[in-house]
Amino acid sequence: MIRNRLAGLGPPIVVGVAGLGLWEGVVWGFGIRKFLLPKPSSIIARLSENWPILRHAGWETGRIALSGLVVGIVAGIVLALVTTRFRTLNEGLTPLAVAVNATPIVALAPIFNAWFGITGTLSNQAVVVAIVFFPVFINTARGLTEVHPDELELMRSYASSEWTILREVRIPNAMPFFANALRVVAPLSVIAAIVAEYFGGPQDRIGNVITSNAGFAKYDVAWAAIAMASVIGLVLFAVALVVERVSMPWRFAGDEEITEELERERQT
Amino acid sequence: MSGYVESEAAVVIDGVDKVFNAGSLDEVTALSGIDLTIGAGEFVSLIGPSGCGKSTLLRLIGDLLTPSTGKVTVFGKPAHGARLDQDYGMVFQHAGLFDWRRVAANIELPLELRGWSRADRAARSAEMLDLVKLPDFGGHYPRQLSGGMQQRVSIARALSFQPKLLLMDEPFGALDEMTREHMQLELLRIWRETGTTVVFVTHSIPESTFLSSRVVVLSPRPGRINSIVDVDLGERTDDTREDPAFFAKATEVREALRADEVGA
Ligand SMILES: Nc1ncnc2c1ncn2[C@@H]1O[C@H](COP(=O)(O)OP(=O)(O)OP(=O)(O)O)[C@@H](O)[C@H]1O
Ligand SMILES: [Mg+2]
Repeated sequence: MIRNRLAGLGPPIVVGVAGLGLWEGVVWGFGIRKFLLPKPSSIIARLSENWPILRHAGWETGRIALSGLVVGIVAGIVLALVTTRFRTLNEGLTPLAVAVNATPIVALAPIFNAWFGITGTLSNQAVVVAIVFFPVFINTARGLTEVHPDELELMRSYASSEWTILREVRIPNAMPFFANALRVVAPLSVIAAIVAEYFGGPQDRIGNVITSNAGFAKYDVAWAAIAMASVIGLVLFAVALVVERVSMPWRFAGDEEITEELERERQT
Repeated sequence: MSGYVESEAAVVIDGVDKVFNAGSLDEVTALSGIDLTIGAGEFVSLIGPSGCGKSTLLRLIGDLLTPSTGKVTVFGKPAHGARLDQDYGMVFQHAGLFDWRRVAANIELPLELRGWSRADRAARSAEMLDLVKLPDFGGHYPRQLSGGMQQRVSIARALSFQPKLLLMDEPFGALDEMTREHMQLELLRIWRETGTTVVFVTHSIPESTFLSSRVVVLSPRPGRINSIVDVDLGERTDDTREDPAFFAKATEVREALRADEVGA
């Protein structure tokens, strides 16, 4: 099974490397100018030249993204649990949350600077939290409430309390919904952190490295910072996938066994 | 099971009406004037056209719905008390297993909620898996099983705490004919072995005739008991299905069902 999973990584790696090769070839072959699109090789060169700055920037931005992600997730889950418990709250709050989620929350970044201070990291974190919170809340609340009626009747036939139903049915039922939200918000948290950095906060972050280098026409350094940000986004996405697998073994239990056993069953 | 008297009726339904959404535009009288007594150890089928209130009647017995008028008594207590005492097991048309629990853990859920020890639960679920002929599947997740296998697990779950009453709502409705007939025989075997009372909802005339000691024929809108057909075919085997006596009974049930079509 592990071999299958590793084999699954093969094609994207091949395509990715081929894509980079094509990029390199096209930029070189057509003589595309550096400020329009630098070659991957020169981006990698800038990355290593500016490594101390970029590592620091990536670390700081990553920390903001991760901490905002964690706070947004916890807040989303807690509010989802609370609204599930109190039906009227749910009916009032959920449509509102859906509406707010449809608005461009990053647009609030400059305003958050006024609220939480323009020099500290708090306003950047607040942007990440605001971006992460809504999808997590909305999806988790749906998962907690959209339970098959038969399953609820079954629990009632066991004379279960609401608390038991929450623990045994609603929470496990909400896990796939939560996992979907997590897969969306994990990379989104990095985007939110960088956009927030465009508008304020400390000046040594990925967002600032991108804007200042682009301002000085050092596009290849800006691209190196973007590559750094992509890596952070991918790492968080990978963490989301691992969390999904570990927390929901039932969704990934060996599919290949199924057919085999159904076959055996049919023969008896 | 202490305090249980053999001669006691399992279910007494006394003058029950059920009206949904009373007073609003979508008011539905699902059941009207239902009187029915089901003896302990009986196997009773409820049959009738779609929408006549079979599921509603079953849910009233299980106290998943409350009657608009009349009362439902289960093992001498109000249905509500019987539910709180977890006196019955329920099987739905849709197997309704929890995806996140392995098969054995699904069967053990009602036992877990009753605070059984891990060892006792494991012993019982193994026993139940044998009963439904799935001894090797305790460690599987439900989605790794076929529909028929899932339904058997659902029956095992309902039987795990040895309820004196089993309420089944079209449990074999989604199965193919072969599996269905096989499951019918297994259910009858389980019924004989455990001595439980079964109330079984079905659309199928042969199924109701084959399984039950009495077939309750309901008529639609509002749902009423049209007639009750006594079926005495002795111990059922696969041969029963080809027995002229079986056909005669099935015809009797069919005519009872027709009777209310004409009347309607
Ligand atoms: N929760 C509910 N709210 C409103 N009306 C309901 C509800 N449940 C059932 N009904 C109505 O009661 C009537 C009987 O429904 P019920 O589900 O008991 O029928 P049934 O005999 O089980 O039908 P089927 O064979 O199709 O399962 C139907 O007219 C249905 O619309
Ligand atoms: Mg029904």
